[in-house]
Amino acid sequence: MTLAVFTLLVAMGSFAAGLLGALTGLGGGIIVVPMLTLLFGVDLRYAVGASLVSIIATSSGAAAAYVREGFTNVRIGIFLEVGTTIGALVGAAVSGLIPTSALAVLFGCVLLYTAYRSFQTPEDHPTDAPPHPWAVRLRLNGTYPAASGPRAYTVHGVPGGLGIMFLAGILSALLGIGSGVVKVLAMDRMMKLPFKVSTTTSNFMIGVTAAASAGVYLHRGYVDPVIAFPVMLGVLGGALVGARILAVVKARPLRLVFLAVVIVMAAQMLYRGFTGGL
Amino acid sequence: MARSDAGPRWSDHAVDQFIGRVLQVGVMLSAAVVIVGAVMLLAVDAGEPADFAVFMGQPDELRSVQGILGGVLDLNPRAILQLGLVLLVATPVARVALTFVAFVIQRDRLYTAMTGVVLALLLYGLIWGRA
Repeated sequence: MTLAVFTLLVAMGSFAAGLLGALTGLGGGIIVVPMLTLLFGVDLRYAVGASLVSIIATSSGAAAAYVREGFTNVRIGIFLEVGTTIGALVGAAVSGLIPTSALAVLFGCVLLYTAYRSFQTPEDHPTDAPPHPWAVRLRLNGTYPAASGPRAYTVHGVPGGLGIMFLAGILSALLGIGSGVVKVLAMDRMMKLPFKVSTTTSNFMIGVTAAASAGVYLHRGYVDPVIAFPVMLGVLGGALVGARILAVVKARPLRLVFLAVVIVMAAQMLYRGFTGGL
Repeated sequence: MARSDAGPRWSDHAVDQFIGRVLQVGVMLSAAVVIVGAVMLLAVDAGEPADFAVFMGQPDELRSVQGILGGVLDLNPRAILQLGLVLLVATPVARVALTFVAFVIQRDRLYTAMTGVVLALLLYGLIWGRA
């Protein structure tokens, strides 16, 4: 394969990943690394470096819009970023010590978990329990726009949420993903935030988390610009187009396509991991 | 970011808008630099074989900000691409830095400390690159 063909195919695949990610809300970053390693035979370290950089592009682009709409809880984002950035640096520090076969198995498990979560319908968990004392001290409780005007919510399980965010940061650095699924788990399940607040605040944090490990990987030579540029431009283009046509396309069939891709890639990653072929 | 009674110049809304703008400009600027580098790269190397199966790491020139800037002055397409990618990585760092400044101005000690820790960790990763 010549460089021209490689660039074109990777850009097209990344465009599809960015488009599906934006339209389904599941984050296209999670299929970039399997695509590069399984379809294009790229070394896992190069794939992780390229994927992290592309995640920053989509997160920064989308975060601006969400902050404007008023769903993002900036204080919660900043507080939890302390956990994700420390996790990301820990993940980057230990990534060189973990065999690629183990990383492939871990990746397969995260893909399966993503598929499992996408079957569940999002629901809010209104509760009358008093907020966690840290939530009061840190002024994390907030409001979000609803049809009937701003609706207030309280924040729970703050230490547990911070702990899961630390793990999300480690996963992000090890696998080159945004870990949006784990971040939402912490905010949605542990901290009982409204679903839309969880997803938009997660997106707000993803760029910062990825930047922490991307900086380390740049120095370690994991970021090959020749691989990363078609990924970055493709994912960014796909995400921008996806945001434009979001209102006019049916999400359900796309969700099933995305789900099928995720499950096939999970099986491949697990197989390669266990047979040591990655 | 402001959640206190700061003056109208630094209202929540104004700060959020400004930071949102910085993020968008950062992404667009980096994409523009990457496109220039991509055109230059493909103009000379389009027919080269693409094989990334074996990890060899990048040359020192593409691993540090100083090295990349040196390569850009030599019009090395890979260095120009890498500059665009570094600009992209720097975009969320700029967001945290601006948030830090906003909290300092609002005298919000708790959140100044938190954004300060995140900013220090990010700069540590980006400049020293050891974790």
